[in-house]
Amino acid sequence: MEHQTFGGEVTMPHEAPGDDSKKRIWRTTWILSGITVLELGIGYLLYLTDFSSGLDLAFKGAVIILSLAKAFYIVSIFMHLGDEIRNLIMTIVVPLVLFVWFIIAFLADGVSWKNLRNEYNPKEQIKQEQGHTAPAKEGGLK
Amino acid sequence: MAQAAAVNTKWWSGGKSPFNVEYGKLMMWYFLMSDAFTFGAFLISYGTVRMSSISWPDPNKVFNSFPLAGHANLPLVFVSLMTFILIVSSVTMVLAVHEGHHGNKKGVVKWMIWTILGGLAFLGCQAWEWHHLHDQGAWWGRNPFANADGTVAGSNFANFFFTITGFHGFHVLSGVVINIIVTIMAWKGVFERRGHYLMIEKIGLYWHFVDLVWVFVFLFFYLV
Repeated sequence: MEHQTFGGEVTMPHEAPGDDSKKRIWRTTWILSGITVLELGIGYLLYLTDFSSGLDLAFKGAVIILSLAKAFYIVSIFMHLGDEIRNLIMTIVVPLVLFVWFIIAFLADGVSWKNLRNEYNPKEQIKQEQGHTAPAKEGGLK
Repeated sequence: MAQAAAVNTKWWSGGKSPFNVEYGKLMMWYFLMSDAFTFGAFLISYGTVRMSSISWPDPNKVFNSFPLAGHANLPLVFVSLMTFILIVSSVTMVLAVHEGHHGNKKGVVKWMIWTILGGLAFLGCQAWEWHHLHDQGAWWGRNPFANADGTVAGSNFANFFFTITGFHGFHVLSGVVINIIVTIMAWKGVFERRGHYLMIEKIGLYWHFVDLVWVFVFLFFYLV
């Protein structure tokens, strides 16, 4: 059947984007460089000054947010994901939401592991085991 | 790209391709998504181990050298250079894709060559850094750097650093090799005869992804 055409939605050859797109590339370049410089500035600030742990954490959080902004610009402008159809964007982005759980769960596990090790006292453990296991064994033998 | 598509097009009503992209490009996106999970798993396991440690080596003390600068204390300087090299090579790659949209073979080849040079420069930097750290006694299983609180550190820091930057560097290396191949193809006129430069777009996606991963490697190993 000759009606197997894909009509106007054939992707190749691409319609040449207007001159606008080159401007967009350069603007994104400046944004990415600017954010990187800002990140480095915060990096030096953290290196040169001795902040309280709360402020330290706040600055580190700021750097992480800035990096996420960089990631957004790279993916949406340089990789042109922002120009794709919504359906396609969603099949890429929605699975990545799993990362929210991954990060929370695994980092929390790391913290809990540290706390458990900090509280762990081998001597106490042995005493407890001796206190408890001896009668239990007798019970088991009967 | 779907700029030509009307906003109210019913993509799922049948008879048309709901994603409106070519097969290879779609598969590149899915490959990159899976690769994002691989890198994510690496970085999250690094985060977990770092969180579970009472103290950790201070990156500003570990990564403080620059080639030919002797023992000068220059934290963040070398890695900034590496980061900018990768950003610039990402830009030259977008420009190559842009020239491809216009079917300008000369422009594609020119910007691809710059991209390849950027990739090689990055790899050179990484080789220098690895060599320098190895000289200081760091390698898989060996970590000479003390924790930030002065205690002796285990080898976790070095293990994660070499594994993750190594995996990333291997991606850059494969990217450079593929870039060289498609540049030769573009130069020989393969894409011109094909009538489109989609191949440049696909390798471009991969190349930007490698830059994207570096954003996070840079963040978690050098900045925080």
